[in-house]
Amino acid sequence: MTATTEIRATETDKPRHRRERRLHVSPGLLTALPVLIFLALAFAAPLLAVFGYSFMPEGTFDFTFPPTLENYLAVFSGSYYISFAKSLGLALVTVVLLMVICWPIAYGMAKLFGRWANLMTLAIIIPLFVSENIRLFGWVLFLIKGGVFLGGLKAWLGFDGESILYDVPAIVLGLVYVYLPFTLFPMVLGISMVSREVTEAAFDMGASRWQVFREVELPLATPGILIGGLLTFILSLGSLAESKILGGQAVIMIADEIETAFTFGQNWPLGSALSVILILFSGTLVLTLLSWVDLDRILGRGGND
Amino acid sequence: MTEGRKKRITHNLIAVWSGSLILFLYLPILTVMLASFSKQRYFRFPVPAFDGKWYERAFSSLTVRDLVSTSLSIAVIVALASVVLGFFGALAFARFDWRGRRLYQRLVLLPIFFPQAVLGLALLIWFSSVGIIPDWRTAVIAHMVWIVPIVTLVISIQAYSFDPALEEAAFDLGASRWQTLKEVTLPVLWPGVVSGALFAFLLSWGNFPLSLFTTGADQTVPEWLYAKMVSGYTPLVPTLGALTTTSAALVLILGYGGWVLMRRRQAR
Repeated sequence: MTATTEIRATETDKPRHRRERRLHVSPGLLTALPVLIFLALAFAAPLLAVFGYSFMPEGTFDFTFPPTLENYLAVFSGSYYISFAKSLGLALVTVVLLMVICWPIAYGMAKLFGRWANLMTLAIIIPLFVSENIRLFGWVLFLIKGGVFLGGLKAWLGFDGESILYDVPAIVLGLVYVYLPFTLFPMVLGISMVSREVTEAAFDMGASRWQVFREVELPLATPGILIGGLLTFILSLGSLAESKILGGQAVIMIADEIETAFTFGQNWPLGSALSVILILFSGTLVLTLLSWVDLDRILGRGGND
Repeated sequence: MTEGRKKRITHNLIAVWSGSLILFLYLPILTVMLASFSKQRYFRFPVPAFDGKWYERAFSSLTVRDLVSTSLSIAVIVALASVVLGFFGALAFARFDWRGRRLYQRLVLLPIFFPQAVLGLALLIWFSSVGIIPDWRTAVIAHMVWIVPIVTLVISIQAYSFDPALEEAAFDLGASRWQTLKEVTLPVLWPGVVSGALFAFLLSWGNFPLSLFTTGADQTVPEWLYAKMVSGYTPLVPTLGALTTTSAALVLILGYGGWVLMRRRQAR
């Protein structure tokens, strides 16, 4: 009798002991838990809800109906592809423009400016803390007829021009303006990975400036450039404020369509289906991008300076 | 033309181009500042007459007071809560070596790379389906989805330079896990925690796309500004815009000053 209770006691003690040891072994998981639980409830769950709603019949507000594909059919047979195409086009134009604009600056910050590069970084970061719509509104006041640009031209040069506001160029300007840091900083990181010895060796062997750029610097800086480009592409693809504030109704972005479906249209399933397509598209890009990057190397290096 | 001269010209061109970029970045902000001092109801350039009356109106307006108090409450709570979550999140991100770490690092970063307007709408229908009526408190949750990952990242950068031997030494000397955390880990990571809190506060203070769909009947300053830009324009728009920008800059400068002081004390 006593023998069996003893055995039982040790048997029940064992798993508890093991669990305690496992907690000791992995403080990583333990400290990750608060963030993971929070994101599960406030990030994963809403996305699952969107996913669920996208299979509900039109105009319903809960999950009690049999699933249907009608929303996806509506998306693909309707004119939504126009908004998708326009958003994709604008995002692509933004990325290409930013690549060209940022390259000399990133090169300067990584290789030429020395101590000034830190100041430059600070100067570029500070506007990020000003609400996006205040900065875009500043552009409205700058570009509007009678605003800083056209008003100044008229008063000082007597030149009377038309405003570019409320059309595609103004939206592109807004996107380029808002997402510039997201292209620039990864590019700086990328270029600083190109060591001086390598470019000098190429010059010594008789390469021209253009050859060094094309054959040495560009390929070595590619990871940083790709990260910045993809990040900018994804963020401009899902943007809303630029087209609304600077573009009037000239272009309906995909985020606009989603908002309309959810709010004015009161059609959650349709809005959800549109969101799911956008999320799957940009989510695939993000995950691909993140799987290329060695976060420990990039962030760890920043901390050791 | 010699090689050296060619190089110098290129360098100067790059410097000029970079200078123009800084001007480009500050141009709209300066325009808002200028417009906030304009006497006219509608902004015109060159400005015919300057006046500070819109500032007086802004300071005495009850609407503005409500907006500021809503924005402020959200930003303060977001900053505090994000720092607590982000502190532990950063330990898991950078300090501890564990099996799921690579996956965890990528999961945590996902919300940063997410279209914010879509995130706001997803949260709106999520709150509605579980029966929560949106007000400023739901906006706190919404902001945190985006800001907790950023704060985790900021504190992680500090945690990478952390020497685990310090913690082990404390253990060996008989400190408990909690004591070690309080006496060793927290003080070392403190600069990261402070800059994380600063980032969180400012990003929440200026956020628009998340607030737009998650504040319900309450309204934050950026939301009100947007509503007035679209319809019912008032000269209070540039004024309040300039004021929020100035206050953000003040918080940044004070925070940076405090951070430098702390660094110096830590170095001693």
